[in-house]
Amino acid sequence: MEVASSIRPMLAVSVSALAALLILFTGERRRNLRELWTILASVTKFSLVASMMPTVLAGKIIECTIIDFSPGIALQFRVDAFGFFFGTLASVLWIATSIYSIGYMRGLNEHAQTRYFFCFALALTGALGVAFAGNVLTLFIFYEILTIATFPLVAHRETPEAVRGGRKYLAYLLTGAALVFFSMGLTYTLTGSLDFAGGGFLRGRGSDNLLRLLFVTFLLGFGTKAAVMPIHEWLPTAMVAPTPVSALLHAVAVVKAGVFCVLRVVLYVFGPQLLSDLNLWLVLAYFASFTIIVSGMLALAQDNLKRRLAFSTINNLAIIIMGAALLSPSAIIGGIFHIAGHGFMKITLFFVAGAIYVKTHKENVSELDGIGRAMPITMGSFAIAAMGIAGTPPVVGFISKWYLCLGSLEAKEIVFMFVLLTSALLDIAYFFPIIYNSFFSKPQGWINSGVDEASWLMVVPLTACAVISVILGIAPDAFFRFFQVATLAARNIVGIG
Amino acid sequence: MELIISKYNYWVYIILMMIGFYAMIGKRNLVKKLVGMNIFQTAIILYFVSTGAKRGASIPILEGGHGEAIHAIHAAHYVNPLPHVLMLTAIVVMVSTFGVALALIIMLYRRYNTLEEDEILELRK
Amino acid sequence: MTPPFPILIILVPLITAFFIPIIGWWRRDLCYPLVIAALSVSALSSVFILHLVGEGGTIHYYLGSWDPPWGIEYVIDHLNAFMAIIVSAISLIVALSSKRSVERELPQKVVYFYCLFLLQVTGLLGIVVTGDMFNLYVFLEIASLAGYALIAIGEDGAPFASFNYMIYGTIGACFYLLSVGYLYVVTGSLNMADLSRILPDLYHSKVVLMAFAFFIVGVGLKMALFPLHVWLPDAYTYAPSAVSALVAPLMTKVGAYVLIRIVFTVFKPSFSIELIPGTAILSWVGAIAILFGCILALGQTDLKRMLAYVLIAEVGYIALGVGLANKAGLTGAILHILNDALMMACLFLVVGAILYKVGLRNIHQFTYLHRKMPITMAAFTIAALSVIGIPPTCGFFSKWYLVLGAIDANQWLFAVVLLVSSLLNAILFFRVIENVYFEPANAHGDRGHEEISIDEAPLSMLIPILIVTAGILSLGVLSGKIISSVIQFAVPAGL
Repeated sequence: MEVASSIRPMLAVSVSALAALLILFTGERRRNLRELWTILASVTKFSLVASMMPTVLAGKIIECTIIDFSPGIALQFRVDAFGFFFGTLASVLWIATSIYSIGYMRGLNEHAQTRYFFCFALALTGALGVAFAGNVLTLFIFYEILTIATFPLVAHRETPEAVRGGRKYLAYLLTGAALVFFSMGLTYTLTGSLDFAGGGFLRGRGSDNLLRLLFVTFLLGFGTKAAVMPIHEWLPTAMVAPTPVSALLHAVAVVKAGVFCVLRVVLYVFGPQLLSDLNLWLVLAYFASFTIIVSGMLALAQDNLKRRLAFSTINNLAIIIMGAALLSPSAIIGGIFHIAGHGFMKITLFFVAGAIYVKTHKENVSELDGIGRAMPITMGSFAIAAMGIAGTPPVVGFISKWYLCLGSLEAKEIVFMFVLLTSALLDIAYFFPIIYNSFFSKPQGWINSGVDEASWLMVVPLTACAVISVILGIAPDAFFRFFQVATLAARNIVGIG
Repeated sequence: MELIISKYNYWVYIILMMIGFYAMIGKRNLVKKLVGMNIFQTAIILYFVSTGAKRGASIPILEGGHGEAIHAIHAAHYVNPLPHVLMLTAIVVMVSTFGVALALIIMLYRRYNTLEEDEILELRK
Repeated sequence: MTPPFPILIILVPLITAFFIPIIGWWRRDLCYPLVIAALSVSALSSVFILHLVGEGGTIHYYLGSWDPPWGIEYVIDHLNAFMAIIVSAISLIVALSSKRSVERELPQKVVYFYCLFLLQVTGLLGIVVTGDMFNLYVFLEIASLAGYALIAIGEDGAPFASFNYMIYGTIGACFYLLSVGYLYVVTGSLNMADLSRILPDLYHSKVVLMAFAFFIVGVGLKMALFPLHVWLPDAYTYAPSAVSALVAPLMTKVGAYVLIRIVFTVFKPSFSIELIPGTAILSWVGAIAILFGCILALGQTDLKRMLAYVLIAEVGYIALGVGLANKAGLTGAILHILNDALMMACLFLVVGAILYKVGLRNIHQFTYLHRKMPITMAAFTIAALSVIGIPPTCGFFSKWYLVLGAIDANQWLFAVVLLVSSLLNAILFFRVIENVYFEPANAHGDRGHEEISIDEAPLSMLIPILIVTAGILSLGVLSGKIISSVIQFAVPAGL
């Protein structure tokens, strides 16, 4: 694997930190300038990341060491295919979320907007740092920055309920972080290094039971952020946050970072070979399947729209983890690709939920009858994204589900294919009524009072994301070459070619 | 018996130290605590000085002025001066501690009008 | 000729301390600049010393040109230089910020305050540069006495707390003196390097064993190691703000330094590890101290008292690192001395600033504070994150080495204790942070538009806080450099 040296990873990560400081100092008095920093930073970040695309596609790794901590560990960025994948996703979706946030915040005249944008920018620093980290320690540093930066966002509303939600968020995530800390220490003691290597570097370094224990602690640690059951409870509770924050949490950064870290551990620290030797992949796959089914069923029971979407996210994250657990090349490709596909679809769904809230202050599914006729573009995008989550072509969700099914066939475990089909049915079950009722049901009394589409700042991003979901479903390599990068990553991991 | 008589200096200092220690911890009057502290420190000083003593030795002062050749010295004839020197410093420390302590006691008396520890704790509640 | 920096670093504050009452009697406002000047000289000297030690190895300075073991020797190796910089830099920073709070809290006693302040810094610096056991006792007592007096001029409960502190502190110092005496009786030497050569033959002797025991108890009393910590909460809570900001980061850490010297230099490491279960006991005591400090801090509503209990927990970290007695553990302990000094200085300076501006100490009264003093509270948040151990602040890195040391030594329980304490600290500090940043929803009708003007702490308090915060943020990432250039040499070989 050729290594190229460049400061672009560091620039990409730090541009949002710089923006955060500028936002903080610009403050409330010059709001347009403040929003400008956010937009400028997100566009710059995306361009920096995109500029690394040719190098990564050529199969090289971009490395940027900042400072040495101790022999064997450095603060180091190493952009490989997988990291680049997540980095691209996060930076693209930040652009969309920024525009949407401006519309949302101004539409509701929310308080503490400077703090909001400051923390948002910091959170993106954390997310890209996680994406580009070259070893577990660097990953952990930015992972923690992400946790701390998102805490004020979750508790933004400052109502007692929001503060409680923030506390729960922090409790879960910091406990997970403590477990990761321990796992990191153990890994370093066993191997003397923490660098990621496609295919893992833990083989033969410790007894089987020790490695199994290490796997469990890693999984429980990073799994909190990836909302694996049974440590998922913070995610529905975190829905007290404003909708762009939920979009950030679910689609752009937080849980995606969590599942990214889980995949890093599974594929780059342990590796497919070790996992199949220890039979851990089976445990992981069963856990994931359990989560898929149970979260799907719980989603049916939720009336609050955002909570329903939260359980849908848990569902999809478990699908991604299952892809990694199956250890076959197609499954890995499908899992990685689903990170991006689900990102676009889910962000659309959350954007819609937010637009509805801004315009009507309604949060529950049962109150949404007939709204499709008042807000056709919004609900149309919702319909597209929901279809995609269920796995209907031509939306992008179909591609990842297809590869996952292929992967489960390759791994010779048919039962997981059935799990995927069941989850698709459950998806339809909890999304379809919303779509149907919003378009075809008799509207409830309040709808006629002149409700129409939300401001363009919100509608444009959500439509754009929905449209991109469709485009990616037809041509998965459009714009960002997600599919190609995912395949590259899978090759790196499994060691073909 | 042999043990006690031959090492009587150690026994003396231990007993003194324990008396001082008990007074510091067990007594409730602040002045008594202070006296205990003093006894405690004095015991340690006594111990140090006693370790420098030798059988039949005299005080460590050499006769003769500057510049004259120093006659051969048998160290066993002179008491070890180093503990004495160290203990001078320690006595100074002891006295300063005592001074600070007395100043504190005056402050406490002005504030609470009593020097009994339990009464002060009552008043502070 | 050896450059006179080792003696300069102590002499300048000492002489200035003698001059301050005279100059203060003549013109009161000259005291503060004089203090700053003296401490700057010390700080600069310690930087020079570090540079010299980095280049040429250990510096030996013989007082009065008497060779050891007859004369008193000042030895500066990497650990000493490291400690000297910490002590002089932090005392300079605290002195910078002390002006306003001293004028507010102790108006008639400004001159005497500065005199005692310098005496205490002299004592602390003396402890870290000397290579002679008895000299250490003298400086220990200088620092302690100045400390008793400084604490006693605080608020209402201070004289009593100081008296208690004095009783405990004197017992500790006397135990130390006793053990020096024991060692002198069996070896005839007071010089640390000399003792480390002579003692190995005597390790089987009961006298040496007793001396070691008295050392540990004496030093434990001074550094507030559980269960000898009882004096600390009261003493640090009632002391004036500038005093707690000075004493809290430094006194206990210097005590920890003495512990490291005794366990690893005077007595060879093999004594405490193999011959007697010294390090094992230390590590258990440290672990209990950590949990004890964190749990008791949860029950406090007075911010200063809460920080005092957190300090007890931090001392526990260092003791645990020393007790683990392997390379990673000791590196973590020494790094934690630096990090904890910075964190505690920042926290106590912030408390001082809050007290000066707003007069509040109860954490439940802190609402709206982030609007009034945003920069100060941001510094508090960063220091809190460091105590919890969140990267990239410095607290994370010392915890990292401590956890590595625990796993290396196969003591997984200690690793768990360290991580649990992080979570407890998180609960502790986020309680305060929530109160500061989130306003209760029912407190204002029209949210977001209630204008509370920014009324930050004065610059003389703000700048030191910012310096320390910058240190917390940057020294974390630079900890690799710090370790490779300084700490690595301070850890005795062969661990």
